[in-house]
Amino acid sequence: MSYIKGLKCRECGRTYPKEPLYVCEYCFGPLEVDYDYGRIKTSLSRKKIESRPQNMWRYKELLPVDTQPLSGLDTGFTPLIRAKNIEKALGVKELYIKDDSVNPPTLSFKDRVVAVALSKAKEFGFNTVACASTGNLANSVAAQAVIAGFRRYIFIPADLELGKVVGTLIYNPVLVAVEGNYDQVNRLCSEIATRYRWAFVNINIRPYYAEGSKTYGYEIAEQLGWKAPKHIIVPCAGGSLITKIWKGLKEFCRLGLIDKVNTKIYAAQATGCAPIVSAIKEGTDIIKPVKPNTIARSLAIGNPADGVYAVGAIKESGGWAEDVSDEEIVEAIKLLASSEGIFTETAGGVTLAVTKKLVEQGRIPREESIVVCITGNGLKTQEAVAEKIGRPIEIKPNVASFEEKIKI
Amino acid sequence: MPIIVRIPTPLQKLTQNQTEVKVEGSSIRELIENLERDFPGIKARLYDEDGKLRRFINIYVNEEDIRFLKQDATPLKDGDEVSIIPAIAGG
Repeated sequence: MSYIKGLKCRECGRTYPKEPLYVCEYCFGPLEVDYDYGRIKTSLSRKKIESRPQNMWRYKELLPVDTQPLSGLDTGFTPLIRAKNIEKALGVKELYIKDDSVNPPTLSFKDRVVAVALSKAKEFGFNTVACASTGNLANSVAAQAVIAGFRRYIFIPADLELGKVVGTLIYNPVLVAVEGNYDQVNRLCSEIATRYRWAFVNINIRPYYAEGSKTYGYEIAEQLGWKAPKHIIVPCAGGSLITKIWKGLKEFCRLGLIDKVNTKIYAAQATGCAPIVSAIKEGTDIIKPVKPNTIARSLAIGNPADGVYAVGAIKESGGWAEDVSDEEIVEAIKLLASSEGIFTETAGGVTLAVTKKLVEQGRIPREESIVVCITGNGLKTQEAVAEKIGRPIEIKPNVASFEEKIKI
Repeated sequence: MPIIVRIPTPLQKLTQNQTEVKVEGSSIRELIENLERDFPGIKARLYDEDGKLRRFINIYVNEEDIRFLKQDATPLKDGDEVSIIPAIAGG
């Protein structure tokens, strides 16, 4: 029984069948899944969701998969942690970390979108999957698609962090390192995608794939006791996650699963790649592409495909956007680890550093509930902090040496 | 020597399923006018009603995004390669 009517162009509203299509052939607008919310409303309730296993598929009526999902069966429902020590450090009253740094199987929020994309690719009858990635998507496609039995072609920028290269190659896909930045990888993949009948998860499967991100937003609302927080800070690369978290909260409200969405959402980017933040600050909805230069490589997308929708969601919510330097990113990664025991990658550093900045600016009131989106794991981007966290204290294997070197 | 233009899937119905076509033109704008002459209907897909390039279209000359060059006034010379590509999601 399907809850999906088909695909619909976000720009001009033309409708398309449920096929591996991703762009409107009239206006080039992106296609989005069109659900039958009336039917979903009659079948989905808080009680029904709560009765299901704690993974992302507990919201399956709101995901575009018609058959039984074949991937990501343990993905999602990651911890929402009340971060008392960060509250003290930032001087705020109620702050939560939504922690996808421990999202199974590959430790980033990308496992959510890939779970949907692969289930859909199988429904469409593909036997090969592919992606263009800044790293996390590469890890996730390489791992999840091997379980699902697909051939895998993965394209990354050649200068990616070692942890993300190893975390892909270990699953033995065809890994192609392209000389160029992510935007160039993306352009190349878009041309390759027209030549082969592959399921490119972020190209021809994109309308389905992107819906997986909504579960991150659903979980925040459910874990807060079926209510939306006042403020959510989201890291932005292509702009899809922030757009889908916003969509997810609005869908929950529409279905009566939460009473209202009184939430402001904020974009977090690195100063070296901040096209979405710039558009917000300049008050325009035209995204000017940039050439990225930041240690936050997972956010280094200079030409964000969903940038205009990210800006739209931020404006609609009454939120804002901010960017931070590479030094601020490293300090925030260290703060999160040393105060909450969470080791996040550079994107998480961006998000926490931006949160701190927005609180200091008075944009986020200190007494209202705040959710910080931590979407990836620090073990993958060790280069960013390796030289900035001191060294182990070396001693001889005897007590005298210990007591000489270690002052207790 | 004409300019090679790579046509994205959504426009290939207009080019009789050709994935690459050869067209003359001294700028992107002129190139699109000439494409329209050879493949009627293509211009309206690329420009909106106000005569601006649609916001979800990326055009590249020899792999460089024309928004880093001179937009649709970007000059072209013989042997250049032009790609027309819909915006695609991050990863």
